[in-house]
Amino acid sequence: MTTEVSMMHSAESQNLKDGEVSTGTTIIAIPFQGGVVVGADSRTSTGSYVAVRTSDKIACLSDHIYACRSGSAADTQALTDYIRYYLQQLKIETGRPARVKSAAHLLQKLVYQNKDNLSAGMIVAGWDPVEGPAIYSIALGGTCLKVPFAFSGSGSLYITGLLDSEFRENMTKEEARTLVKKALAHAMARDGSSGGIIRTVAITAEGNDRDYTSQLPYGPVSY
Amino acid sequence: MLPAAVPSRQHTVQPMVTGTSVLGIVYDKGVLLAADTLLSYGSMAKAQNIPRLHAVEKTVIGASGEYSDFQRILEILKAKALEETTTSVMDSLYTEESGMTAENTWNYLRMLLYSRRSKFNPFWNELLVAGKDLKGKPFLGSVDKIGTTVRDNFIATGFGAYLAMPLLREKWRPDLTEGEARALLEDCMKILFFRDCRASPRIQLAKCADDEVLVSEPYELDTAAAWQAEAYRQSVGELEDDGGW
Repeated sequence: MTTEVSMMHSAESQNLKDGEVSTGTTIIAIPFQGGVVVGADSRTSTGSYVAVRTSDKIACLSDHIYACRSGSAADTQALTDYIRYYLQQLKIETGRPARVKSAAHLLQKLVYQNKDNLSAGMIVAGWDPVEGPAIYSIALGGTCLKVPFAFSGSGSLYITGLLDSEFRENMTKEEARTLVKKALAHAMARDGSSGGIIRTVAITAEGNDRDYTSQLPYGPVSY
Repeated sequence: MLPAAVPSRQHTVQPMVTGTSVLGIVYDKGVLLAADTLLSYGSMAKAQNIPRLHAVEKTVIGASGEYSDFQRILEILKAKALEETTTSVMDSLYTEESGMTAENTWNYLRMLLYSRRSKFNPFWNELLVAGKDLKGKPFLGSVDKIGTTVRDNFIATGFGAYLAMPLLREKWRPDLTEGEARALLEDCMKILFFRDCRASPRIQLAKCADDEVLVSEPYELDTAAAWQAEAYRQSVGELEDDGGW
């Protein structure tokens, strides 16, 4: 009987392939009555270095649809540029604004058909007149799932319990925003690859409002 | 038939639970050290109130790298200090007035770390040693995991070597006051918190001056102002922007 000695990996590199750079982020989307709050941290890291500490990971796809991005910056920028273009075209051809479902499924097509060459985990969230608030999560291989609330990125692992226990249906906009900030702050406290400030956007039929929070509701623990 | 025993790991090959940078600076009356109180497990912030600066007799040691190796080193140094209390002055390696100084500790650590490295089982640390030298002057030195020693007026380990050293080089003067030295170290620690993924704003200072050795309680740096610039607040994700990060 042979025994194999496995490659020793540090705690850091165990989940990464050789040469793959860890893409740190925490992104969240939580619905409320009449809309969705999306939120993200602002840290772009290359290895242990913070390349950009105030990045904007929340991209507007159309008037009432936003995408949160985790993964390769280049890949997600290219993808959002394509989806923006497609949604503009859809609006011209159909005469009405695109649905969140359309945006999510267009993105899924792109991610799935290029799965070997892309590294992108995104959340598409927004409001449309057909369905109201909607949230879709598109994972690394191109799986597209409609979900009641979404969280993604390396930091999201640390807040699964928190969100599972604190999420409720039919919150108000302020309650949803507070929960988004709370969850992000907890993730940022524990994930070295997430940090900086919290950006949130509340998307409703009437319009969107962006918030920038540098005073995190939760910081480094003191025990 | 019992399965064949898997050989247990005999040599440290990768650090698991780690601390990031430690900074040290010599000022007019002594030495100041600074380090954050975070232990990381890969990219996870495992424990956030852990002191990485420790006083042993009249020396302060700061460690970055594998924390278990630092704990072992402290055990060894404490045992050595205890042994000194029961060793006659005639047999002791150290002088009666000064005892085991920081410079002596630094040399001892060099021997310790170099011999482990030579067996391919290093103490996976970069240590800063602060206190007095054999002549009674302020002393700051470093020892790394392969036994390299450096003595200087300002030293930084880990990320600090890239981000803090340029600032220390620019601002250091031999007649720095304690307040100026502290302000300089705190500024460097803030920069490290912004730019090192494995850093935290909760820090600890240690001072070796005159004849006292003080290690502070952890406290939090005030970093609020650094996020307020208009350029940061602006979003770049909106439709009219270029959609960049």
